[in-house]
Amino acid sequence: MPAPIRLRELIRTIRTARTQAEEREMIQKECAAIRSSFREEDNTYRCRNVAKLLYMHMLGYPAHFGQLECLKLIASQKFTDKRIGYLGAMLLLDERQDVHLLMTNCIKNDLNHSTQYVQGLALCTLGCMGSSEMCRDLAGEVEKLLKTSNSYLRKKAALCAVHVIRKVPELMEMFLPATKNLLSEKNHGVLHTSVVLLTEMCERSPDMLLHFRKLVPQLVRILKNLIMSGYSPEHDVSGISDPFLQVRILRLLRILGRSDDDSSEAMNDILAQVATNTETSKNVGNAILYETVLTIMDIKSESGLRVLAINILGRFLLNNDKNIRYVALTSLLKTVQTDHNAVQRHRSTIVDCLKDLDVSIKRRAMELSFALVNGNNIRGMMKELLYFLDSCDPEFKADCASGVFLAAEKYAPSKRWHIDTIMRVLTTAGSYVRDDSVPNLIQLITNSVEMHAYTVQRLYKALLDDISQQPLVQVSSWCIGEYGDLLYLDSVRRRSPSR
Amino acid sequence: MIKAILIFNNHGKPRLSKFYEHYSEDTEQQIIRETFHLVSKRDENVCNFLEGGMLIGGSENKLIYRHYATLYFVFCVDSSESELGILDLIQVFVETLDKCFENVCELDLIFHVDKVHNILAEMVMGGMVLETNMNEIITQVDAQTKMEKSEAGIAGAPARAVSAVKNMNLPEMPRNINIGDISIKVPNLPSFK
Repeated sequence: MPAPIRLRELIRTIRTARTQAEEREMIQKECAAIRSSFREEDNTYRCRNVAKLLYMHMLGYPAHFGQLECLKLIASQKFTDKRIGYLGAMLLLDERQDVHLLMTNCIKNDLNHSTQYVQGLALCTLGCMGSSEMCRDLAGEVEKLLKTSNSYLRKKAALCAVHVIRKVPELMEMFLPATKNLLSEKNHGVLHTSVVLLTEMCERSPDMLLHFRKLVPQLVRILKNLIMSGYSPEHDVSGISDPFLQVRILRLLRILGRSDDDSSEAMNDILAQVATNTETSKNVGNAILYETVLTIMDIKSESGLRVLAINILGRFLLNNDKNIRYVALTSLLKTVQTDHNAVQRHRSTIVDCLKDLDVSIKRRAMELSFALVNGNNIRGMMKELLYFLDSCDPEFKADCASGVFLAAEKYAPSKRWHIDTIMRVLTTAGSYVRDDSVPNLIQLITNSVEMHAYTVQRLYKALLDDISQQPLVQVSSWCIGEYGDLLYLDSVRRRSPSR
Repeated sequence: MIKAILIFNNHGKPRLSKFYEHYSEDTEQQIIRETFHLVSKRDENVCNFLEGGMLIGGSENKLIYRHYATLYFVFCVDSSESELGILDLIQVFVETLDKCFENVCELDLIFHVDKVHNILAEMVMGGMVLETNMNEIITQVDAQTKMEKSEAGIAGAPARAVSAVKNMNLPEMPRNINIGDISIKVPNLPSFK
């Protein structure tokens, strides 16, 4: 039997297929060849065959018959075989198949292998798809590797530990001693994954959270070093030293300081420092600032710091980059209830965002605008919102109309203004008004006795212009039925030709 | 946590798909199609964040994507990840691919999908970010590739022969070298310096 073709050949062949059917035929032919090659138990070409199988799997063709072959590759002595075998295991296997348990012994041996890259492969696979049984069996090995001085393995062990904790939360205690000096590492990769591990432990257990609160000074120190240190070429991204690590630490600080005054106080200075010193011309700087703002808003920070945070968000709103505007609006939405006055200062910028081209930004700007409406700004805001209602996409109209009704009901400066606003909504976006608004409107009109004449006339005129919008017709018909006599009275007085 | 990393081209053909949560094979393909559908109808000047499609967790998860020439790089993440941070991560990933493949293009991803998986494995593990330092990632990937090459033995001979010939400086070279049933075409000398 000729040697199985290489992966590259297969890819080349498949790319020549002109139709889906042709491709399917080629794949089936190759699958048959691979199956018979597997049956022959040929060790030399197993690696090549599984690689081809994984490619076909990516394109969407069934590849489950290769699962056992992946296991055989993992058990091989060669690094090349193990690599493809573990990749295949991650892509094809999962804990629902009993087959995966057979891997446990191999992984155990490989975790103790003499070559660090083999140990790395084992950690990676266990950390990606290890089941609870596997994690229980192998947690001890992972814990051992968490204490090694090899930074390549240590960082992988940290993330593997996170996976183990997620699968088997009771094992969390086991990893506690190993975390003791994780933060004194110099290697950024290890620092990064250690912070992830600590974050996971703190989020899962209030006891752990209490225990790790004492790490706040150390975290603050690490963060300070990152900001103050000069140019470090290996961790530099656009002029900022390891922004990914900075963001991770800020997030952990957020969790640690959340309901604790002492910790929050210990972080105040560094947060202010990061907020004022970070370079904002590139996305990385903005990512750090964004994380800082979220942390400031979540912990028990002093009010000066909170105002600083909201001002940063306000500045974000003026940024040319749409991504920045999006995250700013999302964050402002979260804080508008607690820091209402500070957010009010940026109202005009937020209202400008209603005119943005991006749908996601428009939606958030609309929600935020409604949250900011109050007795003082109702007239101006309503003007903007009604203009928005006129010009926005249909998907927004229903929500916007409901929002306008709610706001008008709460803060209307006068009955006449209120009626006018309702009229405006019914005539411009009438068909999108929600069904439950109609009875509310009718109730409203009934209660404003002195406005009956004015209301019914305006409604009648609107109907003459456009009778197609159902809610308008419903409200108008009811009004005309109730107050039709007022129509006649006034029209006589004004000599209007309408009847 | 990162739920999935997908790379597909402008026509929706998958170039890399890595899921960090389990889905059946059918669902995986559906997710790829659904994601392509959501991402491809986005305008060029809107923001790079989207709510996830129904199959991948709906509004609990976000799709963060970047469009480079003919390829979309999409990371599906949950709310514990920073959106701007993931954008930077995609950038680091693409720059790493660029360094490893020397001016990476779609063809490189097509023919070396296993190598792309290996690079990704050094960056993201179990849905969490492992290493973000580009040089560190490349060093480790190179070391492992070297290990593979040294194990390759006789099966790797053609590949090694080609690279050996590349480095030689013969005035005249045969057009075709036949080793059994594998034939290698030796390019013209002037194209090698």
